[in-house]
Amino acid sequence: MSGFLPGRGSDVLDVDERARFEQLVLPHLDAAFNLARWLLKSREDSEDVTQEAMLRAYRFFRGFHGGDARAWLLQIVRNTCYTWLEKNRPVELMTEFDEELHPQPSISPESLAIAGDNRERLGRALETLPPRFREVLVLRELEGCSYKEIAAITAIPIGTVMSALARARQRLQRTLTQPPVQEANREL
Amino acid sequence: MSCDLMRTALHGYLDGELDAARSAEFEHHLEGCRECAKALETEESLRSLLQRSSLCESAPVGLRKKIRAELDAATSFPIKQRIPVWRWAVVAASILLVASISWYAWPRPGTARNPDAPPFTAAELIDAHIRSLQPGHLTDVASTDQHTVKPWFNGKLDFAPPVKDFADDGFSLIGGRLDVLGGQNVAVLVYARRKHFINVFVLPTKDPDTPIHPPGLRQGYQWLHWRHQGMEYCAVSDVSVSDLHELAQLIYQ
Repeated sequence: MSGFLPGRGSDVLDVDERARFEQLVLPHLDAAFNLARWLLKSREDSEDVTQEAMLRAYRFFRGFHGGDARAWLLQIVRNTCYTWLEKNRPVELMTEFDEELHPQPSISPESLAIAGDNRERLGRALETLPPRFREVLVLRELEGCSYKEIAAITAIPIGTVMSALARARQRLQRTLTQPPVQEANREL
Repeated sequence: MSCDLMRTALHGYLDGELDAARSAEFEHHLEGCRECAKALETEESLRSLLQRSSLCESAPVGLRKKIRAELDAATSFPIKQRIPVWRWAVVAASILLVASISWYAWPRPGTARNPDAPPFTAAELIDAHIRSLQPGHLTDVASTDQHTVKPWFNGKLDFAPPVKDFADDGFSLIGGRLDVLGGQNVAVLVYARRKHFINVFVLPTKDPDTPIHPPGLRQGYQWLHWRHQGMEYCAVSDVSVSDLHELAQLIYQ
């Protein structure tokens, strides 16, 4: 508490800090919303959770001492999403992350291209992955995050980002190329 | 049996996260391991599917506003500004004055106060950009093939915009559309940079070539403007200025 000026609430920032926040953090709103949208699978819920996360980020902003503002914000967004999921959809978080990497049934680039050549189908396949697989894929492929950033955002050791991505990609390929009936069963 | 490297190094290689030595080692391995070569091809195919499928979703337009209002509530404004109401009025009036001066400082077509400025306002430009990001508005012709996009404009405009794909440089052409800027029909080329979209507005001009002007910023979006070989260009996006500049240079060449 020593850092705060007397007479001011701990979560109230001054105009200079506000300007700095506008400049450093607010430009990453789209990235924040996109991560929430893929973690929560709903635009409406994501809007609420992104708003909450932004406000949280604002309150924690004094603790941010420069560096990668996007990764810092996305970390807060991710935590806010998980808290929300724990409260509202705990079942979704029960999937085991450390699943074995199965020997790859050979999928040709051509058959994959056909299976995934449709935004809706690709989006649905991504949504059926457990959140922890989904988030590394979204961060890497949609947000273009480096392994270092992914490690910082998801709190997994940097050494395991590569294998997490390997597993997530394999799961996505399997989901995309398996027959739709099985896909439906997986959701039950 | 699958090759052990397929589980790990292949992904680091695909993501450009291996150091030079390990990268060279893996490339050497690729030459001899057909399994890895094929797996790499599949992974690349998955990546291009994910990146080209526009799965990224932008925040709804109203969200930024709502958030700003909440931030206001969590910001302490200096005490001297709080006291008399008439002072607020003075502050508001001067803000309004400055705002309207800067608004009109951007020259409208015909006034030509600054010969280097484009024939439309920054507000019109950013509005057009934001409108294009709403669902279904981005492209009239969605194609990654410049030879499809270019002829599509034929007969729709009285000029032929130069169309080039820069996928190899990280800017994939994803389509084109018609738009109206400053009361004129313009061609728009849409490029994707990772999850971000870049709108390049193109219209004919009689003014001489200019270099790429310093970037403009409004509502969190950046734009670059230049003239080259009888065409006026304006590239707008939320990507970094350096990315935007890279694309501008590619188009300029």
